[in-house]
Amino acid sequence: MSEIFSILRKPLIHGNKSYADVTHDVADLLDQKPSGLWYAAFFVALTMLGLGVWAVSYQLMTGIGTWGLNNTVGWAFDITNFVFWIGIGHAGTLISAILFLFRQRWRTSVSRSAEAMTIFAVICAGLFPIIHLGRPWLAFWVIPYPNLRGPLWVNFRSPLVWDMFAIGTYFTISLVFWYVGLIPDLATLRDRTKAKVKKALYGFFSLGWNGSSRTWSRYETVYLLLAGLATPLVVSVHTIVSWDFATSVIPGWHTTIFPPYFVAGAVFSGFAMVLTLMLIARKVMSLEDYITMHHIETMCKVIIATGGMVGLAYATEFFIALYSGNEYERFAFINRALGPYAWAYWTMVACNLVVPQFFWSKKIRNNLTVVFFLVILINVGMWFERFVIIVTSLSRDFLPSSWAHYTPTFVEVATLIGSFGLFFTLFLLFVRYLPVISIGEVKSVLSYGRLARGDEGHVKELKREAAAV
Amino acid sequence: MSARYLVGVFGDENDIVNATREARKEGYTIVDVYTPFAVHGLDDAMGVKPSKLPWICLLLGLTGAVVKLWYQIWTSATSWPVNVGGKPLSSVPAFVPVTFEIMVLFAGVGTVLAFFIVSRLRPGKKPPVLYNGVTNDRFVLVLEETDAAFDVERVRGMFKRHNLIHLEERVDGSMRSLDWENET
Repeated sequence: MSEIFSILRKPLIHGNKSYADVTHDVADLLDQKPSGLWYAAFFVALTMLGLGVWAVSYQLMTGIGTWGLNNTVGWAFDITNFVFWIGIGHAGTLISAILFLFRQRWRTSVSRSAEAMTIFAVICAGLFPIIHLGRPWLAFWVIPYPNLRGPLWVNFRSPLVWDMFAIGTYFTISLVFWYVGLIPDLATLRDRTKAKVKKALYGFFSLGWNGSSRTWSRYETVYLLLAGLATPLVVSVHTIVSWDFATSVIPGWHTTIFPPYFVAGAVFSGFAMVLTLMLIARKVMSLEDYITMHHIETMCKVIIATGGMVGLAYATEFFIALYSGNEYERFAFINRALGPYAWAYWTMVACNLVVPQFFWSKKIRNNLTVVFFLVILINVGMWFERFVIIVTSLSRDFLPSSWAHYTPTFVEVATLIGSFGLFFTLFLLFVRYLPVISIGEVKSVLSYGRLARGDEGHVKELKREAAAV
Repeated sequence: MSARYLVGVFGDENDIVNATREARKEGYTIVDVYTPFAVHGLDDAMGVKPSKLPWICLLLGLTGAVVKLWYQIWTSATSWPVNVGGKPLSSVPAFVPVTFEIMVLFAGVGTVLAFFIVSRLRPGKKPPVLYNGVTNDRFVLVLEETDAAFDVERVRGMFKRHNLIHLEERVDGSMRSLDWENET
């Protein structure tokens, strides 16, 4: 046995866990009756979802006149929410795919729930363009299927069609990636549970997994391939989302900086959401040994970095608008900072530029209450970023005679609240019925920065068992 | 002909890697190793060749890209050409994003399906679990007793140096449920 003891690396998982402890800690969460807190949260989430269902039903029956849109501002709340939710999803893919390629082994304890977050966020995002159609029952027209109208095909030069393909692929690949990661854990649950229905379900979905090394070897290859595919995919998705704006001629939208700016913003907002969820989950489900202070600090640092990129993009955008000599572009930006939506602009600047700077302090990174408060502010700020980009640019474009002001209606706000309800409902169901932490992956990093075997006690115990053979 | 197998159970990733490596060096036939997670270095110790799945992934990705590019050109320029803002009918640069997405979709989903097929994983398959705990905290090495010269006691001695926890012999009948021939 090789006893490698590292003083350079700190263990990723605390509490001297054995392999069986990991299985026990994660799987037990699914066997217990959920706490009162879970029921309370689920009730709140369902109420929010109910409000959203009401809002969408009312809008469908009455018409899109229930929104505050007008001839000038034709995109507002729905598209803001769409871009916001897609952005949230990107952090999950970053953790599961990009950090995997970079061999960042701390990702193992957060990857499962971050991927789940991605899937739920993409579901929320995908609903908005469909709701926004006004006639959602015709949403399938965006799919190029052979039809009796010619056949009349979709316009493949349109960014909106690209978007449909990007979101569809992103959702499918995220779901497949997540499921592949779940298979070994489902097998662990299958072999562990006594409940008949659960055993049957886990057995069905674990596909007869038996831990064979030959399968593991291929599994690792597949995981690497999926990570390699998901990495350019995630960049492409937000790039294409930004093209929805950048390929138009509206001042404030028509800029080449949009793709990198949107991708950085997406990761920034996504990490804020991952932290929000993780801080709640580790507390409510007692996962402090798995999601450690190291994880939280690392994610705070990612937020500083991506927040910096976003800040740089804001500055570049503003500088180019002033320097370009294009009066419409210049006006669009001055209007953002000083016009009727200045309050939204300065909320965005305060939340996205100032708030992340607090994370430079180790003291603040270690104070969970403050971290939680700050990441909520970032979530708010990133929502306002999309609102500012979309609404200010549209409300005052070229002709002053066509300018108009946009104010959201109650139905629109209720739809946004409903999407949060959907997101949290799905997430709460996930933590109740599936392992929140990747059991297999965490076991593979248990030895990180430790004696080769975890701890001496475990070595002794194994030796005792060995002697008894 | 009934084959006999020797099943050695270990409790740590380093032990299973070392035991496997030694068994292979001694010339024993390793049927398979069962572990609760992907143990690094085990492929090498077992002598498992790298999977050919990356080639399948490449092939599927290329297929998706070519088919989708053709489809976009065909629908936009041949089947029903529509003049959109005077742009060329076969405007290939504008077809790149969707081509890319479909390439990723085909490659990703196809590779996973190929993985399920070659590993004989399918929904509802009865789990052929060899030893209780193999999905929890036990690592199992299965050797085939190829001929009469196979000395169980000698293997036991070798395994014990690697903190063997449990050893048992099984004949073919009790292992029929296992997938032996999953080589790709």
